[in-house]
Amino acid sequence: MGATGQPQEPKTTYREAMREALREALRSDDRVFLMGEDVGRYGGCFGVSLGLLEEFGPERVRDTPLSESAFVGAGIGAALAGMRPIVEIMTVNFSLLALDQILNNAATLLHMSGGQLPVPLVIRMTTGAGRQLAAQHSHSLEGWYAHIPGIRVLAPATIEDARHMLAPALADRDPVLIFEHGSLYNASGELPPPTAPVDLEHAAIRRPGTDISLITYGGSLPKALAAADELAAEGISADVIDLRTLRPLDDAAITGSVARTHRVVVIDEAWRTGSLAAEVSARIAEESFYDLDAPVERVCSAEVPIPYARRLEEAALPQTADIVAAAHRVVE
Amino acid sequence: MSPARGTRTRKPSATSTPAKKAPTSKQSTTSELPDDRPGIGHKVNLLEAMTRIRRFEERCVELYSAAKIRGFVHLYIGEEAVAVGVSEALTPEDAVVSTYREHGHALARGIPAEAVMAEMYGRTTGCSGGRGGSMHLFDASRRFYGGNAIVAGGLPLAAGLALADRMRARPRVTCCFFGDGAFAEGEFHETANLAALWGLPLLLVCENNLYAMGTAIERHEAQTDLAMRAASYGMVAWAVDGMDVEAVEQAARRAAESIRAGAGPHFLELRTYRFRAHSMYDPDRYRDKEEVEQWKNRDPITRLVDRMRENDELGDKELARIEQQVTDEIDRAVETAEQAPEEPAENLLRHVTSAPVEVN
Repeated sequence: MGATGQPQEPKTTYREAMREALREALRSDDRVFLMGEDVGRYGGCFGVSLGLLEEFGPERVRDTPLSESAFVGAGIGAALAGMRPIVEIMTVNFSLLALDQILNNAATLLHMSGGQLPVPLVIRMTTGAGRQLAAQHSHSLEGWYAHIPGIRVLAPATIEDARHMLAPALADRDPVLIFEHGSLYNASGELPPPTAPVDLEHAAIRRPGTDISLITYGGSLPKALAAADELAAEGISADVIDLRTLRPLDDAAITGSVARTHRVVVIDEAWRTGSLAAEVSARIAEESFYDLDAPVERVCSAEVPIPYARRLEEAALPQTADIVAAAHRVVE
Repeated sequence: MSPARGTRTRKPSATSTPAKKAPTSKQSTTSELPDDRPGIGHKVNLLEAMTRIRRFEERCVELYSAAKIRGFVHLYIGEEAVAVGVSEALTPEDAVVSTYREHGHALARGIPAEAVMAEMYGRTTGCSGGRGGSMHLFDASRRFYGGNAIVAGGLPLAAGLALADRMRARPRVTCCFFGDGAFAEGEFHETANLAALWGLPLLLVCENNLYAMGTAIERHEAQTDLAMRAASYGMVAWAVDGMDVEAVEQAARRAAESIRAGAGPHFLELRTYRFRAHSMYDPDRYRDKEEVEQWKNRDPITRLVDRMRENDELGDKELARIEQQVTDEIDRAVETAEQAPEEPAENLLRHVTSAPVEVN
């Protein structure tokens, strides 16, 4: 019971929510198995799969060699042969070693085969910076994957999405990539029972507002919400849009928000050049130009490999203060 | 077949060299009518299958020159014994993963010449609906999984097909064809490690035609004994004469049986040669004419024909029948491809995702 005497949902973390989603997937469909580096004995590089080996055994919670290309490709082959693999890659940086399999096979086989070979595969990986892990563990490359036709790209930013996006991802007949921002794993909150099935088509309005749209996803969502709080204290009402699905983008949610607010800041932890923020901005220019009262602003990472030193890393990444400053420029 | 070389295994019991006698080799010469003798009908089938591939590709050369078919076209001429011999050892339930030089694998797997030719033409009736072309032939109903134009790119995929069978306890084999060029790719080594580590029912068939595109094996591999290198991963590995279809079949059958019995992945290095250049664009300046001629003396089709004739197993009439049948088949394939409809442009975005059409 909470302090108010009302029944309270127990607190859970993003990590636990993801684990529960995996547990449910493994329990409910014997075609599902989890495969990746350290997912079994170690309990997952980020502790997500802790305990699942004991519960489901080494056939279904399968430790792999450090061979991203082989085990991602094996996931594709197993999917073709009727399984429902969930492949975990430790970080998006390492996924580049499997890019051939993801792009040239997973995303392409359905089309190249004239529709004969769908690849019902889920690939999970962490993304993002903020933990002083330096350049080779800190980049945000999900926008690159969102460039590729034939795959769906998800970025759960909330505990609810971490818990409930996996099942529809597994039900998808096509490859789905799920990007989990490393800084979100310890996020904690209440997990209400689902009111509706999570769809993988729509963005979410995380905070409705009327003066400015803050459009973001994944690890930048908490920063955008914090910025919205600061702006609210100044009397500026921010509409915070969580894209959730980076491919295909929910154009209606974007244009709808711009139509309400007429001013936009896009926040994306990837580098500004060629980023998902660039795509969103271009779509706004194409679809919502006459709704705009000011040029679109972008808050992205500095164009630098993410450095180790705390002060430099913080300076490289989009921060709440940067979002507030950008909002001021747009609203003024 | 040549003796096994570089054979290594975790289980000494599985180490023996392949048996001298293949189930399909000639067993008797006592019947009066050649075609009734056990094994001869099978040899005729092998000959017909190899001839089909040869004539199909010779026709492709003509069609390419006439600009009827385009793109990269990689011919298999000279290597027919590999596709045919290995395919004979597989069942319809087994899976096949192939490369960009896969006309032979596709035809040997039983994909009709009409469907393959229509794909070369980019027509709706092609085995990939016109979206794959020469390098991306697929047939899900025959468990033929391409058609992969990234060297070694099919290997991890094949491991996954085998993994699914292993997890489902299905007594199937996944056969993956690839060339000697793929040996230099990390994906080969990652897959070999994974397959041996997990004991996957995988038949790795390396078509060692001595060239990775235009680079001779001595110039692209530090160690050219490929079977030995594969064996170092703890799998059974044999080197076989890839110009002898019966030797190939015999080795492939033994390997497939062993895999079905649970002995894990097997590796076959099939020593073969492509008589033509790497692709239709390739001027073939990197090989001596004498070398090519020497290998042509070992033409797998001629060899089988000569051997059957020596043993009185093949007459002129039968040979002519095979040629006629194959020619008719390919004529029909070309004719139907010529007449087949082209996929309308409004269908462009089909099959990008399983959803009807991706709109953004």
